[in-house]
Amino acid sequence: MNSFLSTNLPKFGQIAIALFSFFAILMVIFYIAGRANGRKQRPIAILVFLGPAIILLLAGLIVPAVQTILFSFKDANSVKFVGFLNYSWLIHDPDIHKVLFNTLLWIIITPFSTTALGLFLAIMLDRMKRESIAKSLLFMPMAISFVGASVIWKFVYDFAVPNKPQTGLLSAIVRAFGFKPSNWILTQPLNTFLLMIIFIWVQTGFGMVILSAAIKGVPADIVEASALDGASGWRLFQWITFPMVRSTAIVVFATMLVTSLKLFDIVRTMTGGNFGTSVIANEMYSEVFVRFDQGRGSALAVILFVFVTPILVFNIRNLRRERSIA
Amino acid sequence: MSTLKIATPNSGRKLFSTRFATISVWLITIIWTVPTFGLFASSFRNKQDIFLTGWWHVFTSPHLTLSNYHAVLFGSSSATLSDGVLPYLMNSIVITIPAVVFPVVIATMAAYSLAWVKFKGSDALFFFIFALQVVPIQMSLVPLLQLFTGGAHIGSFTIIPKLGIAGHFAGIWLPHTMFALPLAIYLLHNFIASLPRDLMEAAYVDGANHFKVFRQIVVPLSIPGIAAFAIFQFLWVWNDLLVALTFASGTEEVAPINVKLASLVGQWGSGWETLTAGAFVTIAIPLVVFFSLQRYFVRGLLAGSVK
Repeated sequence: MNSFLSTNLPKFGQIAIALFSFFAILMVIFYIAGRANGRKQRPIAILVFLGPAIILLLAGLIVPAVQTILFSFKDANSVKFVGFLNYSWLIHDPDIHKVLFNTLLWIIITPFSTTALGLFLAIMLDRMKRESIAKSLLFMPMAISFVGASVIWKFVYDFAVPNKPQTGLLSAIVRAFGFKPSNWILTQPLNTFLLMIIFIWVQTGFGMVILSAAIKGVPADIVEASALDGASGWRLFQWITFPMVRSTAIVVFATMLVTSLKLFDIVRTMTGGNFGTSVIANEMYSEVFVRFDQGRGSALAVILFVFVTPILVFNIRNLRRERSIA
Repeated sequence: MSTLKIATPNSGRKLFSTRFATISVWLITIIWTVPTFGLFASSFRNKQDIFLTGWWHVFTSPHLTLSNYHAVLFGSSSATLSDGVLPYLMNSIVITIPAVVFPVVIATMAAYSLAWVKFKGSDALFFFIFALQVVPIQMSLVPLLQLFTGGAHIGSFTIIPKLGIAGHFAGIWLPHTMFALPLAIYLLHNFIASLPRDLMEAAYVDGANHFKVFRQIVVPLSIPGIAAFAIFQFLWVWNDLLVALTFASGTEEVAPINVKLASLVGQWGSGWETLTAGAFVTIAIPLVVFFSLQRYFVRGLLAGSVK
């Protein structure tokens, strides 16, 4: 225990030093900049408030993004320019086609499933008894890391040879119904869908919480008026509730679309991208950090970037419109 | 209004029959909770039991033990876990606290400027920062790692000297701070922009400069928004694998518990029983934070998505 303390106490010393110097520097800068007066005050304030964020964004995101675009036109070690070689690899290599196809499956299936299931739950939960308990439990997977989630789901998807007792929940259920369990994680293309279930398990709570708030925001008198007019059940949902939460549903859908495009952790920890389950973000990591091909990895990053951009432009336009109304 | 409510006891809001709604919600809730419960139950079973029978046998033949937790926390004879996970748990805490504080402070400052100290192009800058969320983190890993180990140069001219912080805590705090900024600035901007204009203008008229207004009005009034983002960032950093894997070597000195857990998953089969307890130790802290501060977290998500 003593050695534990002696190795770990200095770590907390590092936190203390880091936080103390961070706030000390800020105080000094605030003090000095606060003394400026007259016409200089405004530009100095802007510089002090925005400067740190701009520098960090430049070094951490903007410059690296530009560099990555350059790297995608260079060879594996980023020395020689090779033109569009890395991109023609994307077009011609059958292995990478499988990766692109998997990503396509992910972005078609998971955003729709999470949004639809989230909307279903939000509607069903509305004014239900003990709503908050159900909500907390449904939302809980959001707090669990994908690594933790993959351990949890290994106990569901585990498989033992047929004559042994099954320790995996899925195998046991399948067997209880009289079917033969298979080695789930190795079975293509089923395994990709099994990984999607983990994603849906983690993300549905997000959709539910956001959409639930939107449903509660629908004015009660509108719903009550149409209920008095005889609308109920499905018709009420179709003509009143859904149109009023549609914009929120679209936001949830777009967020899920981006999250599923960038998906990395689930594939990395469940299969490492083997057995035909790899997706773009995972393949990019493998190219750069396992096969040490900076060029191909960067080309994949650029592809991801190109896919995500239109979704974000759409989101920004929505945001702008809402602001101009407000 | 109250008479109307009595006349139609929450009828209008009810889209479908109560019984169908209740049954379907609880059914899904149970399905959602069972996998986590399975891990929880397994973590109290001994090695033989975990290997030979499914976790649901705890209901019929409960042989519960704390030995997995003992092995995980204080070390066991197996080579992969000689010292237990406590040093990694400490690392996670040491990584997470500054990686939450730094982006929160820097983003609050930037958000205040973008919302209240407008200049030509400040709106465009705000949208540009929001748009930076498209940059996949994977795109930044290699260039950042090069910056940390080699510095930045144009020709032979050094712009940034080599920082030499890769493999240290600072080398993990910094990337987390950078990657958090687009979302943080966006969320806090929404919050800070909606502070009452009269209050701010009164302070300016009274002669308070921007720094005073920031410290005495903006920060205190933005605490709910700041708390919401801080919880979000806490969960993100604690649960992160990619950044830690890239910038912290897997050593006991700096690697967080999530990286350790991921490496245990890789050695599957050799330690099912410790893996279960290890996973539960890893997810316990975010779960506690999540359940105790859930309200703020939800509020933060709402500010980001519905607004």
